[in-house]
Amino acid sequence: MEKLAWLVPALPLVAWAVLLLVGRRLPGGGAAVGILAVAVGWVISLAILFGVIGGADAYHVSTEWTPIGAGFEIPFGMTVDGLAAVLLVVVTTVSLLVQLYSVSYMRGDERYTFFFAKLSLFTAGMLIVVLADNLLLMLFGWEVMGVCSYFLIGHYWEDVANARAAVKAFLTTRVGDLGFMAGIFVFAWAARSFEIERIIEGVATGEISSTTVTLGAALLFCGAIGKSGQFPLHTWLPDAMAGPTPVSALIHAATMVAAGVFLVARMYPVFEASGSVLNEIGILASITMLIAALLALVQDDIKRVLAYSTVSQLAYMMAALSVGGYSAGIFHLFTHAFFKALLFLAAGAIIHAVHSNNMSEMGGLARAMPVTFGTFLVGALALAGIAPLAGFWSKDEILTDAWNAGFAGAGEAATSQSVAQIVFVTGMVTAFLTALYVGRMLWLTFGAAFRGQGHPHEADAAMLFPLVVLAVGAALAGFAGLGDNSIGTWIATEHLPAHGPATLNLGLIVVTTVVALTGLAIGTALYRRGLPEREYLERVPVVWKTLQRKFFLDDLYEQGIVRAVAGALAPATYWFDQRAVDGVVNGAGLGTRRLARGLRYVQSGQAQWYAAALFIGVVGLAVVVTQLIGG
Amino acid sequence: MPLIYPLVFAAFLFSAGVYGVLARRNAVMVLMSIELMLNAVNVNLVAFNAYLQDQLVSGQVFALFVIAVAAAEVGIGLAIVLLIFRNRETVNIDEVDLLRW
Repeated sequence: MEKLAWLVPALPLVAWAVLLLVGRRLPGGGAAVGILAVAVGWVISLAILFGVIGGADAYHVSTEWTPIGAGFEIPFGMTVDGLAAVLLVVVTTVSLLVQLYSVSYMRGDERYTFFFAKLSLFTAGMLIVVLADNLLLMLFGWEVMGVCSYFLIGHYWEDVANARAAVKAFLTTRVGDLGFMAGIFVFAWAARSFEIERIIEGVATGEISSTTVTLGAALLFCGAIGKSGQFPLHTWLPDAMAGPTPVSALIHAATMVAAGVFLVARMYPVFEASGSVLNEIGILASITMLIAALLALVQDDIKRVLAYSTVSQLAYMMAALSVGGYSAGIFHLFTHAFFKALLFLAAGAIIHAVHSNNMSEMGGLARAMPVTFGTFLVGALALAGIAPLAGFWSKDEILTDAWNAGFAGAGEAATSQSVAQIVFVTGMVTAFLTALYVGRMLWLTFGAAFRGQGHPHEADAAMLFPLVVLAVGAALAGFAGLGDNSIGTWIATEHLPAHGPATLNLGLIVVTTVVALTGLAIGTALYRRGLPEREYLERVPVVWKTLQRKFFLDDLYEQGIVRAVAGALAPATYWFDQRAVDGVVNGAGLGTRRLARGLRYVQSGQAQWYAAALFIGVVGLAVVVTQLIGG
Repeated sequence: MPLIYPLVFAAFLFSAGVYGVLARRNAVMVLMSIELMLNAVNVNLVAFNAYLQDQLVSGQVFALFVIAVAAAEVGIGLAIVLLIFRNRETVNIDEVDLLRW
């Protein structure tokens, strides 16, 4: 089955082309094409994952793409190992369900077919990243995702704010991508190959110096910062909520933003070799998870709450990777994909019903939308980390790893102990804040009385079906991490041996559960009666202002970078383009005209002059030839 | 007969032709000078053919070709000169300079 893995990204790619060319003329706007393509991919992915669970070896196939000389080559191939198999299943499952959901959610949309075409292309891009055996191919898929994200955020581009959000997302991630590209070249140069396996070999054998490893890993991590919305480049992700809700579920919750985590996991032996980069990841992830969780507390837009929550949970995964929790990080990626996609899709159903994103116009929906409420509750409790739902197991494994590395002194990673301690403490605080904002979100949306206009009603079956499936996933995905043959064993490689079944620290379980329940209880106590007159935090003006202004980061970027670029750099480059570049081009034209004005008098019309020139030329040539050859 | 005689003769003939082409004003004379140059070439071809004793007599064959081409060329050339004379009442090629800047 591994040999068929190439079909998984290839089919959505074909679906994209078909949808673009003839999609509009197909019955039902062609949605079935995209769904069918990813459904086949889903079946193949499941078969591959079951193969891996059964103990199948990693399958690697590669061919030379372009030889560029100097013993350097650009390979083109795929690696189907446990990590790829897990991600394949996540991506195809979420993509399949999101597309099924979109059939109903996007009905009547002006660009319905184009929407599905973009979803298909995006899915293909993500699957290429997952399967890529070399960094260049990965970069290719990475950028395909980036451009699809741009198109999809700006799906309703008639509203200028949406178009601006799309540009912001594109440019902000591009800042990180620059680092990613530089990192690729650093490693490709050092290992004389783009192939990930060769780079990891090179690091393992010490062929690549530790300075290069640190530099390259830090640069690669820049790409992950941009894509996975880590501090300080996380600001694009909440704005990306301008896109349609299924897009938020697929791209900005379950898959694309997880690509940064996947990148670090794929290159993990490289990161593991550099303690300073692991420390850097740990610190940045701690900052990210904390500020994102704080910001999620004060949002009114339900999608923004989920967006900040996503940023915070991605930071959890990064934090896990930084303290040596390779399998814990991927485990959390796996469970998070289910419950966060569920939350977004359920939020979409709610938005569909109340025609507003704002929780101040919701409330009391539990009675009107029982199925949505039930599934949302499962997702929300999984996010808060309540046993035995998915989020509980993976979050606990991360905290266990952080505890072991920070306090028990049993960490295997090169992370410094103090960083692991910071990660553990912020992880705990974030777990509390997560439960708090989950409680707030639940009560504001479903509790108390309805505050909006009209009569909200339950979504139709086509939208509820994916919710129910994902709810089952969100409830049960956590069990993938338990037992002997669990996710940690599946994704283990030769360089990253399995640690065996996760060691559950009972004391820690009790503490995290108490923390989560406390958060939920406080959220309940504060928001049980619906939205208060004034938000509680508003009574502390400094805190309120800081949170409303998103820690002033957007202001900093707006005032600092955007203004510097738009104010000085852009005019300067414009001048350079107009004067210097165009000057050369126009100068070439003008110079030719000036020269011609003088030279045209040679063309006198006197045939005998031409003949004379001809003879002189022939004689001259004859002299040259006889002198050179005869001499 | 030594090879040098026809070669020197052909060289004189060719030089006369070049002089005529470059210096004469009358278009008919220019055409005739071109004939001179072509015939100088013919002399060379035939002379070398005899000198090399070529079995295929390709020198002579080429000379015949050149004569045929020269006939065609002078036919067209004279036709053009006639038309120019009809239009402009002159065959002085200094005055025929329409194809200039």
